[in-house]
Amino acid sequence: MAQSKDEVLAGLATLVNDETGVPVESVVFGKSFADDLDIDSISMMTIVVNAEEEFGVKIPDDKVTELKTVDDAVNYIVSAQG
Amino acid sequence: MTQPTLHQSVGSPFTRIISVGAARGDLTVPNDDIVGPIESSDEWIRQRTGVITRKRASANVSAADLATDAAKEAISKAGIKPTEIGAVIIATISNEVQTPSMAALVADRIGATPAAAYDVSAACAGFCYGIAQADALVRAGTAKYVLVVGAEKLSDFAKPDDRTISFLLGDGAGAVIVGPADEPGISATVWGSDGGKWDAVGMDRPMRDAFNDREGDFPTLRQDGQSVFRWAVWEMAKVAQQALDAAGITADDLAAFIPHQANMRIINEFAKQLNVPDSVVIARDIETTGNTSAASVPLAMHRVLEENPSLSGGFALIIGFGAGLVYAAQIVRLP
Repeated sequence: MAQSKDEVLAGLATLVNDETGVPVESVVFGKSFADDLDIDSISMMTIVVNAEEEFGVKIPDDKVTELKTVDDAVNYIVSAQG
Repeated sequence: MTQPTLHQSVGSPFTRIISVGAARGDLTVPNDDIVGPIESSDEWIRQRTGVITRKRASANVSAADLATDAAKEAISKAGIKPTEIGAVIIATISNEVQTPSMAALVADRIGATPAAAYDVSAACAGFCYGIAQADALVRAGTAKYVLVVGAEKLSDFAKPDDRTISFLLGDGAGAVIVGPADEPGISATVWGSDGGKWDAVGMDRPMRDAFNDREGDFPTLRQDGQSVFRWAVWEMAKVAQQALDAAGITADDLAAFIPHQANMRIINEFAKQLNVPDSVVIARDIETTGNTSAASVPLAMHRVLEENPSLSGGFALIIGFGAGLVYAAQIVRLP
């Protein structure tokens, strides 16, 4: 059952904070993971694996590189939840 | 006419690692010496990989030289004569020629001729593949003692401006003597491959392409770091758990956790996924040695024992994983 974008955003922000310490309130639409939030590719992969479990979706390796912004990630997760 | 019965060999019911030797590159290379071509910084490399310095060998030192030095230490510490070695196995990607094997050369140098000698090409899983084979050879009675070496000169394959792996790479060799034991010393190997990820880590091009390109360089190492990280942590944590289960122990029973020294971030997340208790010593040799592929597990084991001699006799989970992708894990009793 698909969650709302805001619900996914809130969950994602917690995962980002748990892994990197980036404040939850900084994880908002429009932000780039690497350029704005200073999240490197290794931390990004840990967040992705945790997101798969949290949201019940699969995010293949080749999709991870396409998730450059918070919007990309939230949209992908909502879409994958169907 | 009745057929005679074939004799099949039977060896010791149990095996153990008797001793470990090490030889690292003679040069200590700090991050600042290599950051220029990759437009990076000491801070970036430390934060991303945990490497502070790496060992590299001078131009006149080969992986075979490092293998020979490590082997001599292992043989000396084992208290056996080189002629008692039945087989020499070298896990390496650093042989300077396609044939003959590095093992045949090193066997001769250490006085082990006429031992069987062959190289294993299993990338960063090579040493643990070698342990699996040595364990089987001794228990089958095919050899009484087996020398297993992981030996690499990865600086030969490091492209200075490659941002995916070059800055991690180091040179070194680790060697062990595997022999008979009175009690179990090497648990069942859990090993395998995933060739579907053949492109995840390896050389940037085949040798023939490099040879045909007059302006080009020798093939060098590269990787898809994110994919490798995910596989190395989450898939290998499952393999490590299977190895613990096959050995009949839990992570709480370990004295040491000695994973392939691929990247400190992998080591940390791997230990977390495996719930390795704080009481277990985690090998972090990559910090000052770098990633030495097949040599990394025996080098890390040697260092763990040098720094913690009281761990001798304790259980260590060793696991190698790398290009192939291939992997192998065992629980061993530390020499």
